[in-house]
Amino acid sequence: MEKEKKNYQKLLDFILTNNTYFILLLLFIICSAASEYFLTMANLVNICQQYAGTVIVSIGMLFVILTGGIDLSVGSVMAFGSVFTAYAMVEWKLPIILSVAVTLLLGTLCGLFTGFLVARTKIAAFVASLAMMTICRGAAYMISHGTPINTPAGTISQLGTAKVLPFLTWLTVIAILVVALSSFFLNKTAYGRKVIMIGSNEEAVHLAGIPVMQHVISVYAISGFSSALGGVIATSRTGIGSGAAGQGMELDCIAACVIGGASLSGGQGSSVKTVVGVLVLAMIGNIMNLLSVPSYPQDIIKGIIIILAVLLQQGTSRIRQH
Amino acid sequence: MEQLYRIKMTDIQKRFAGVHALKGASLQVCAGEIHALIGENGAGKSTLMKILAGAIRKDAGEIWIDGKKTEIQNPRDAHKLGIATIYQEFMLAPDLTVAENIFVENLTSGRKLINWKTLNKSAQELLDNLGFGDIDPAAKVGTLSVAYQQVVEICKSLSQDVKVLILDEPTAVLTFREIEKLFELLVKLKKDGVSIIYISHRLEEIFRLCDRITVMKDGCFVRQVRTDEIHKEKLINLMVGRDLKDIFPKRDKVVMGDKILQVQHLRAGSRVQDVSFDVRAGEVVGFYGLVGAGRTETMRAVFGADPVESGKILWFGEEVRFKNPLQAVKRGLGMVPEDRKKQGLVLEQSIEMNTTITSMKEVQNSARVFSKRKEEDFTKEILAGIHTKYASVYDRVSQLSGGNQQKVALAKWLAARSKCIIFDEPTRGVDVGAKTEIYNCINQLAAQGIGIIMISSEMPELMGMSDQVIVMRQGKVTGKIMKNEFSENNLIRLAMGGA
Repeated sequence: MEKEKKNYQKLLDFILTNNTYFILLLLFIICSAASEYFLTMANLVNICQQYAGTVIVSIGMLFVILTGGIDLSVGSVMAFGSVFTAYAMVEWKLPIILSVAVTLLLGTLCGLFTGFLVARTKIAAFVASLAMMTICRGAAYMISHGTPINTPAGTISQLGTAKVLPFLTWLTVIAILVVALSSFFLNKTAYGRKVIMIGSNEEAVHLAGIPVMQHVISVYAISGFSSALGGVIATSRTGIGSGAAGQGMELDCIAACVIGGASLSGGQGSSVKTVVGVLVLAMIGNIMNLLSVPSYPQDIIKGIIIILAVLLQQGTSRIRQH
Repeated sequence: MEQLYRIKMTDIQKRFAGVHALKGASLQVCAGEIHALIGENGAGKSTLMKILAGAIRKDAGEIWIDGKKTEIQNPRDAHKLGIATIYQEFMLAPDLTVAENIFVENLTSGRKLINWKTLNKSAQELLDNLGFGDIDPAAKVGTLSVAYQQVVEICKSLSQDVKVLILDEPTAVLTFREIEKLFELLVKLKKDGVSIIYISHRLEEIFRLCDRITVMKDGCFVRQVRTDEIHKEKLINLMVGRDLKDIFPKRDKVVMGDKILQVQHLRAGSRVQDVSFDVRAGEVVGFYGLVGAGRTETMRAVFGADPVESGKILWFGEEVRFKNPLQAVKRGLGMVPEDRKKQGLVLEQSIEMNTTITSMKEVQNSARVFSKRKEEDFTKEILAGIHTKYASVYDRVSQLSGGNQQKVALAKWLAARSKCIIFDEPTRGVDVGAKTEIYNCINQLAAQGIGIIMISSEMPELMGMSDQVIVMRQGKVTGKIMKNEFSENNLIRLAMGGA
């Protein structure tokens, strides 16, 4: 009897810890049943390709959310990154590698500035990143004069479609690398540990002798970097630097983190589960396209599914507390 | 015939998760009197008043109002009975006007829309009546002085039909002149027949203002006396005269080493005016004082959590000034803060992460990557050293009992090999058994040559544990008492500034 109870407890614990994966699995089964095209190699490779950028930007967002902050500027920094890479290549005739490097540096600087505002001047993260959001979007349109910048064919856009293996594109590889690296940092290094603990209880961590401010600034820099990288990837996929890139990306990223079990009050979240969050969103979008659902109802359904996923998360964590 | 009391509370019982806060407290207050309620910190005064105000519910006991047995279930019940409380933290909306705050419960006086003219006029009348006509009803409350905010708070309760006014340490934040004004107001209310229950640590005030005094101790009623029948000395005796239970572990011979920390004429903010003390290796230095005496603030300043204005801090003889806790921690100073849950622990993370937070390098391999085995072993070793009970080091700290949580909060300083550790109210909210274990812990550390600073509001604990006790009052050290001169009367006299 006692043992049975223990086993039951173990099973329950297992389900609760991994509920994000169950959501994904459930959705995967539903999608496979709903459309015969879903479970094809071409479609799956396409999903991975299409959402590589979202994964990378979401990981940046996760670092910020772990500290209890939020970064609304990711979509705009992405647009800025997209435009700037193309601009540097076309107008300044910089080699690809240099354009990309400068773009990533600028994205990091944007993040640093937001982080400085949040950590040093104590402007609410929501407001500071909102300001950065409009600044970067404005800058992106200004540099591109409001029109997309075409990069020479066969340069950066080659990267966007290049494949390592028949079913594995370079973009997917980059995304996997980013996720692996972030997962390593969060779980295995002092830096990640500190970020997580700051989000759980900033005051206690400060009193334990950990420099909170530097860490808070750094997560926004990471977010800026990954957003700029997301912008580079957007440009590489289409060959176009566009000021309209990354529209609404911040919300997708926040949704992905939350579906992945991250707590907006900080201290909780994982890289791999955030990827699952992105995949959930990706599959919802993909299956509705396959079923030719028009795009406006798509948004409504997406919203509803996000609510359901989060409710499920909350419900399970509540069970766990009892 | 028995006298008819405005309030009669008899044999009130209240337990909070394991702590027996009230064990048969009682109180009798007449109409039109100012009645003082006194006792040490933790005697149960505030709990008793919260029960009367409906903020918490009693477990047992009876409450009679004007001779009628009454149940007070929630604040609204108390409100209907005309019981109003002025808490230490005001319940005012700083961005609304004085008039809005006063009439917040009935802004329209029954009509559909607010008539601002009438509202301001009624507020003005009320203020005039109390002798505070110079407060502008249209001013925002946030712009007023603390004293005036208090007046507004009182007005707010008077805007309803109030019969009983409870004031919890009302003068703690007031200046001398403001106190005079408040007293005038209270005397006026008393003449109007309002019963006032006045909680204060300041004996001079009580003797000046109050008609009768109820003394509480350890959750019990001790005695009720008329102010003119008792003197200060006797009152202090009533408050503290208790049997010292032998819960304090004996310390083997105390070996004191060199001075670790010397603080000289420290000033930091309004709460730390002039503080000097020394701590030697292996010594336990106790800090006594009433709530708000500046003990916590002193330690935060020393630790680098708050800025120091002036004064000298010597660490092993070398002058230092820690700009942030990081610098203090690096040199070997640790602090177990007052609020375990908000400041001492990262509750929702694991026991292991909380223990190694100050010593991450120790549990990493040569590539600065966490080693799971190293970290687990290290954590277990530290926790075993202070007899902590837990199921797994990967459990969240929030799952532990209060006493074991406190041990984890301490563990991080052992992990950091601190040479001096500050404990701020280390036994608050833990049960008696766990208290003894924490005392054992502290003694054990002292025996290892760690300097200990222990802030506590519980006198028996301080006298049982310390080698010397430093008493603070209003930001200043008012006395240093060595072990052979310890007595509760000594301590409380210095803490209250009595004769």
